[in-house]
Amino acid sequence: MAIAKKAIVWGLFAAGGTLTSFVFPALIAIFLLIATGNVPEGLQFEQIHGFVASWLGKACLFVVLFLSVWHAAHRLRVVAHDFGIRKDTLVANAVYSIAAIGTVLAAFYLLTIN
Amino acid sequence: MSRNPYVRPISTTTWYMRNGRYKVYVLRELTSFLVMFYSFLTLYGLSALAGSAERWDAFIASQQSTAMMIFHGLALVYFLFFQTFPWFKLAPKAMPVQVGEKKLPDSYIIIGHYVAWLVVSVFILWLAGAV
Repeated sequence: MAIAKKAIVWGLFAAGGTLTSFVFPALIAIFLLIATGNVPEGLQFEQIHGFVASWLGKACLFVVLFLSVWHAAHRLRVVAHDFGIRKDTLVANAVYSIAAIGTVLAAFYLLTIN
Repeated sequence: MSRNPYVRPISTTTWYMRNGRYKVYVLRELTSFLVMFYSFLTLYGLSALAGSAERWDAFIASQQSTAMMIFHGLALVYFLFFQTFPWFKLAPKAMPVQVGEKKLPDSYIIIGHYVAWLVVSVFILWLAGAV
């Protein structure tokens, strides 16, 4: 059991690391464009709503958000240890709960948008 | 085993300050905060999108400030240099590719990642209507 569980966590972590490396620079760049007032045309309500309402849009966003939060949670657990917080069970419960909440929220919002 | 083994006094909170490699390691790991932050910022945007057109427009308007501009700009540079580029550099060690008898040169795998990253980035920005 222990080995099987580790493989899943490690798989999520590795996939999340690759995905965030590829996707997040563009995501941050989009937020940067918004902040400067140059809101991209695809982010007009009609367009973005149409994209997220499609199954392809939902699938893309869900995979990105799901893997990102689990990847970050796993690393934040190690970061806590690196900064001298040695209550690993407590930290693990906290960070994985945040990831679980993020996953549930992603699923809920994506299914609400139709 | 000696009765009083000598334990080197190493701080559990500032140990990485002793060595440049450790500092870079910690700086890399800190990008996980950015991943969490932008994931939840995106989720916040989705909650507005799930609400109404007015709430979406209000969300977009709420994101426009000089402070956010500076934050996103710094975050982008930080993320590239401490997550994306190191991840690509590590790729040939994590996923060595064997062709026949030989191993594919590391540089091929790294360049492949950069090319794929550019394609993915342009595609996402195109989807958003930014290019």
